[in-house]
Amino acid sequence: MTPVLAVSDVHKSFGGIKAVDGVSFHVNEGEILGLIGPNGCGKSTLFNCILGQLVPSSGEVKVDGRITTGMRPCDINRLGVSRTFQLLQVFPKLSVRENLILAGQEHRGNMLSRLFGASDAGVGAEADKLIAFFKLDHLAHEQAGGLSYGQQKLLDAAMAFIAGPRLVLLDEPAGGVNLTMLGDLKDRLFAVNRELGVTLVVIEHNMEFVMSLCSRVVVMAEGRVLAVGAPDEVRANPAVIEAYLGH
Amino acid sequence: MSATFKWLRIVLGVAIVAALILVPMTLNRYGLYILSQWCVMTIAAMGLNLTLGYAGQISLAQGAFVGIGAYSGAILVTSGYPLILALVVAILLCFAIGWLLGYPALRVQHHYLAFVTLAFSTLAFLLFRNEEWLTNGIYGISNITRPEIFGYRTNRPLPFYYVCLGSLAIVSLAVWWLIRSPWGRAFQALRENPVRALSLGVDTRHYTLMAFAIGSALGGIAGVLYAPLTQYVDPIPFGLTLSLDLLLMVIVGGAGFFFGPFVGAAIAVLLPEWLRFTEGYYLMLYALAVILLLIYSPTGILGIADRILTERRTKAASAMRAAAQSKLEQPNLEQSKLETVR
Repeated sequence: MTPVLAVSDVHKSFGGIKAVDGVSFHVNEGEILGLIGPNGCGKSTLFNCILGQLVPSSGEVKVDGRITTGMRPCDINRLGVSRTFQLLQVFPKLSVRENLILAGQEHRGNMLSRLFGASDAGVGAEADKLIAFFKLDHLAHEQAGGLSYGQQKLLDAAMAFIAGPRLVLLDEPAGGVNLTMLGDLKDRLFAVNRELGVTLVVIEHNMEFVMSLCSRVVVMAEGRVLAVGAPDEVRANPAVIEAYLGH
Repeated sequence: MSATFKWLRIVLGVAIVAALILVPMTLNRYGLYILSQWCVMTIAAMGLNLTLGYAGQISLAQGAFVGIGAYSGAILVTSGYPLILALVVAILLCFAIGWLLGYPALRVQHHYLAFVTLAFSTLAFLLFRNEEWLTNGIYGISNITRPEIFGYRTNRPLPFYYVCLGSLAIVSLAVWWLIRSPWGRAFQALRENPVRALSLGVDTRHYTLMAFAIGSALGGIAGVLYAPLTQYVDPIPFGLTLSLDLLLMVIVGGAGFFFGPFVGAAIAVLLPEWLRFTEGYYLMLYALAVILLLIYSPTGILGIADRILTERRTKAASAMRAAAQSKLEQPNLEQSKLETVR
């Protein structure tokens, strides 16, 4: 079976700094893959290379067997790959519902139908469903900028799911989210994975969160892949322990 | 939003439209000229509001597009073509040039983009002034007749005011439609967070270019009306000052608010007239008023209204929450009430 995402030998340097230094891994259909590693090891840069925010210096990224290196982020997104960012990235002056409609509208119809057709581009019902799914009902018409941090995180995640993606890359979804909401978030991520069959790749520093969520974990250090395996295997790997705890 | 408030808005809207239709009947030639100018400037400012207020792309070239529209109108009308043809030509021309002017915005933003558009503005002014074979240079083009619409001549001030007002109404409806369409949402996404928008499938290149093209085309429409309004077109009014004036209208009215340009243009066009009694001091007073306004409310006049409305809504929401809370705290009371009803 073709993997949903295949990354082969991706390099990215900024001047003399090798942020990503020959990373290869793949993501199978339906799995939840964790991507962990110390700060500055190149996880987010790798995400940006996969999704077109950055162009890799060399190497290749394939989505469903199709080469996507060099494509624009909006075109990669329309192939059914979406993401969240490490820092909050909602549209503060739009309402929660408008944020979600925006996240879905470009996947429906064409430029003309989006100009002359319905104001919600036909994704209003979908937006309402996701608002309920992520338990944001009471906030649907509030400006996104007025929500609490945790609520914005949920909205941010919801936006990645509205267009019915096959693959979602989440950059630190649990960062700064309190314990109760963390449970909610994990529960929602399991649900989209099982019920909607969405494949997930998650960058996260919260070990407990990653280990309980993911079926497989890729560990990065200094721009390279250090280890790949099931959570328990990885946790017991001496190289991983050293990378995290230092000498 | 409460029902009474909604009604209040409808009544206010109808009253303003009725006043715009009826009051001018009592005005003299000069008053009508000023009001017609307000209509024209509002259309131009709405274009800039689209580019700057909604899509977040700064432009100091809107005045140049009004100039391109005005010269299209002047040249074609004095050559014997109907104004409606000039309108089509100006829209297409400004749309195309605006589209091209959008390309720098794909690479540079903010102050740098301002400088690029400023350079374009200067270039356009030099063309108006120096290309005498086309524009008659500093002597300008005079004797621009006003159009005949459905066989009705509009050369008197009142009928031509209605032409301007009607045009404003049509443009307003079109812009209203555009803003509430998915395109309008994408424009705002461009302003708020282009990187995130791009990651959500929003083709930011297309929308940036469109924001410039459509905004510029509206400037062109305003220009086509300007030519028969003044019946004389020369390069001077279309220098950088007009672009800055239009920018001021958008900012003072409230950038990114639909009615911002209406208010902004009213202030820029009417306030100098009302302050005329102060004679030499009026520009100083005007400048002072603008400075004070922007210190008090950087989001413009409609920004003040928006703030008040938001405060009211927040208060209402917290009152509702408090009510819900107190209900939760007295479940027995509710229960007993239900029992008695049964």
